[in-house]
Amino acid sequence: MAEVRKIAIDPVTRVEGHGKVTLLLDEKNQVTQARFHIVEFRGFERFVRGRPYWEMPVLVQRLCGICPVSHHLAAAKAMDMVVGADRLTPTAEKMRRLMHYGQTLQSHALHFFHLVSPDLLFGFDADPTVRNVIAVAGRYPELAVQGVMLRKFGQEVIKATAGKKVHGTGAIPGGINKNLSIEERDAFLKDSDQIMTWARGALAIAKDYTLKHLDTLASFGSFESSHLSIVRADGAMDLYDGNLRAITADGQVIFDQVPPIDYAEVIGEEVKSWSYMKFPFIKKVGPENGWYRVGPLARVNNARFIDTPEAEAARKEFMALTNGKPNNITMAYHWARMIELLHAVEKIRDLLHDPDLQGTDLVTKGERRRRGVGIVEAPRGTLFHDYEVDENDQVVKANLIVSTTSNNEPMNRAVQQVARQYISGKPEVTEGLLNHIEVAIRAYDPCLSCATHALGQMPLVVEVVDSAGAVVSRGARGAP
Amino acid sequence: MLCIGNPARGDDGLGPAFGERFEAMGLSGVTVDSCYQLSVEDAVDVAEHDTTVFVDADASCAPPFRVVRVAPATEATFTTHFVSPGEVLGLAKQCFGASGEAWLVGVRGYVFEPFVLALSEGAKANLEEAVKAVAEMVRNRSFHQVGG
Repeated sequence: MAEVRKIAIDPVTRVEGHGKVTLLLDEKNQVTQARFHIVEFRGFERFVRGRPYWEMPVLVQRLCGICPVSHHLAAAKAMDMVVGADRLTPTAEKMRRLMHYGQTLQSHALHFFHLVSPDLLFGFDADPTVRNVIAVAGRYPELAVQGVMLRKFGQEVIKATAGKKVHGTGAIPGGINKNLSIEERDAFLKDSDQIMTWARGALAIAKDYTLKHLDTLASFGSFESSHLSIVRADGAMDLYDGNLRAITADGQVIFDQVPPIDYAEVIGEEVKSWSYMKFPFIKKVGPENGWYRVGPLARVNNARFIDTPEAEAARKEFMALTNGKPNNITMAYHWARMIELLHAVEKIRDLLHDPDLQGTDLVTKGERRRRGVGIVEAPRGTLFHDYEVDENDQVVKANLIVSTTSNNEPMNRAVQQVARQYISGKPEVTEGLLNHIEVAIRAYDPCLSCATHALGQMPLVVEVVDSAGAVVSRGARGAP
Repeated sequence: MLCIGNPARGDDGLGPAFGERFEAMGLSGVTVDSCYQLSVEDAVDVAEHDTTVFVDADASCAPPFRVVRVAPATEATFTTHFVSPGEVLGLAKQCFGASGEAWLVGVRGYVFEPFVLALSEGAKANLEEAVKAVAEMVRNRSFHQVGG
């Protein structure tokens, strides 16, 4: 029987929660199988059953400490539908949008400056002791400061709109519970020019890096795929609200303007034996080939235009690289992400000048319904919240599709491609080679959710296991 | 005081519970903040204070708690969205000229299960002892190591 070696990277670093990569190598060190396992906890949908519907926007944030605002807003939008609030007041809608753009800004800034920049600045296979954020702060202190301050600005916007930086209470069924004070507005306006300058700089870094290394990046974990997101009625990028649109790898429309309440008519969910995660797919294409990508790359590909001038100019430049067709380069996620970061800053700046933010008409309601679906474009991709509520106001059923779930199959494909390109046939699998796998995963900025971060609980373990299941070598990186 | 943890994961909520207790004390010159986990922008707050006390649940220390001095990280072997106290302090010094000291209080916890909204009895007892001891250190503005 041929010897098969198994290499496990567990958990994958610089992604949230616990992920595990397993690589099976044959006797010639050829990769025969590569899989990215996500240990996703599915208990949340059961946990919320029996709870009153108005608790959902606050309760669901406990899913994640990384993008709680996305869950907060998706649940609030679903509950808008339940309380019959078909059209929010201008103040409520704009406060929520401000919160969401603040979330997009802080999340994208953290990812790019602190999780990705070490790979870009020092190289994928650089010594891991210098390929990290502390080293970035040492060698490029101005970049590290910009990343911190962009993130902080976004967090302060969240605090001002949601009440708290983490697990806010701002969005409630049918509206919002506060407006933006003149003092808060002026404090943000004072910094907004500087934030715009830094956002432009971040976009330039991502674009220039991609173009400079295009020969390598074009094939790095790349493959053709469908792309899905919500878009506005006129096809514009809209991160907060819209209808579903999906396109093929070459830009053919699969479906368009599907209302959130009808998502299950176009999206199916499959279970596979080797993963705890659900595998969503486009029903029209089928479970085998109906997987799709979400997130910045999908959104920029899917949008007919962006309604802020600088981000729109950047989008046109981005699309020109592929002659107007969808860009399927995995590492182009970073460029697309920085286009969105700039878009979020433009939106925040515009909203701050809107007097509706100081309005006092905060909540509306209408005819009570039994079901509500809320979809937002979370930083990592399309986020679905679907609830059924009974006559006693209790949630009786919930279904969530998180963005990392949608990107599960694409991340698996990226891992397979990079493993075969960079690890197959190598006599020794070094940390630098393994980091290539993580670079491909990090492009998607997955959030694996629900990790406990008590001291001493985040080791990184790499094991090489022979065909009999015995561990022939083992390495571990220190826990914080 | 930066208190870290998720109250919906059992004893992982020790940090925020510690923060609530301290906030209620209203000690002068002390600011208290709680978060799910540390992040890079906490470096700005650290740089604006003379002393930072990080408080987190500890899954392995000897009960009831430990207090250790935090050294600024000069390198990190890897990071996730989670940032360690040493990395926050390192960033605060490198990027924002922080000159203060930092301590880490680890309160021993036992149950880290999702959707458990209360502390275990053992964790509650450890919390009481930790709050009492650290409050004394804060009042005296004098910190020292406790446990390993």
